[in-house]
Amino acid sequence: MARMKFLCDAERCIECNGCVTACKNENEVPWGVNRRRVVTINDGVVGAEKSISVACMHCSDAPCMAVCPVDCFYKTDDGVVLHDKDLCIGCGYCFYACPFGAPQFPQAGAFGLRGKMDKCTFCAGGPEADRSDAEFQKYGRNRLAEGKLPACAEMCSTKALLGGDGDVIADIYRERVLRRGKGSEVWGWGTAYGPATRPGAQPPAQQKQPGRS
Amino acid sequence: MRKVFLLIAVLGLVACGESEQVTVYEQGKYKGKKDGLPWDNDPAVTELRGSKWTKGSRESWEESIKTRQLAQHEHKRIYQ
Repeated sequence: MARMKFLCDAERCIECNGCVTACKNENEVPWGVNRRRVVTINDGVVGAEKSISVACMHCSDAPCMAVCPVDCFYKTDDGVVLHDKDLCIGCGYCFYACPFGAPQFPQAGAFGLRGKMDKCTFCAGGPEADRSDAEFQKYGRNRLAEGKLPACAEMCSTKALLGGDGDVIADIYRERVLRRGKGSEVWGWGTAYGPATRPGAQPPAQQKQPGRS
Repeated sequence: MRKVFLLIAVLGLVACGESEQVTVYEQGKYKGKKDGLPWDNDPAVTELRGSKWTKGSRESWEESIKTRQLAQHEHKRIYQ
């Protein structure tokens, strides 16, 4: 059973903002709304600055779902957290609850009036007929229903941003860490998917890698 | 008079109670429209250039997604 997750490899992200652009373009996200953005961690610390791409992580126990007063959130069978915009009242509780700042609110009128919440859908659309115009207008493209992965992950030039089934992307990441021997910290995974079962696990220092001389 | 004091004391103690601050999502609370399942769609390989799977088969869809995910694995793509 697939459980869709995002993983951003801070060792690889070059802050090109290709993921941000891909998301904006694929889903025709309105002006002022950024479903995905690239942020700097350890800002100002010499030698420790890294960039990572952040959006909704589709948490295992999503706090946005818990705090929503109108219960407009649901989780799909493959672990994607989505919401019904017809129910959303734009209260902003989910924004305060989210540890990643994922929920976005377009300006809907004068005096800073908030519109309905918008966030990353893992390119899985929303509760409208799959691949319909209504779904695209409200939620963006449903790439999962086309047999594709999120546009941000597929467009990432350095493959820093991995998206897909948690087991598969964790395997890809593990192999990378073993080959390079560093950078095993996965930013945000503990917060989104629960603490690690083996905290502090380190890659073996002198392990010979297959396929390398 | 004594009963009034007793009542005030009981009400005062009730006010000291603290309700749970952490909210936990309960399954089945969702009140919106039902969503479709991705594997229930036609593969649409040609017009959308997507993956190929058997309509209605979750296993088949997951397998096609997994194949697509492995394109992100450059160690496998390059060294094999």
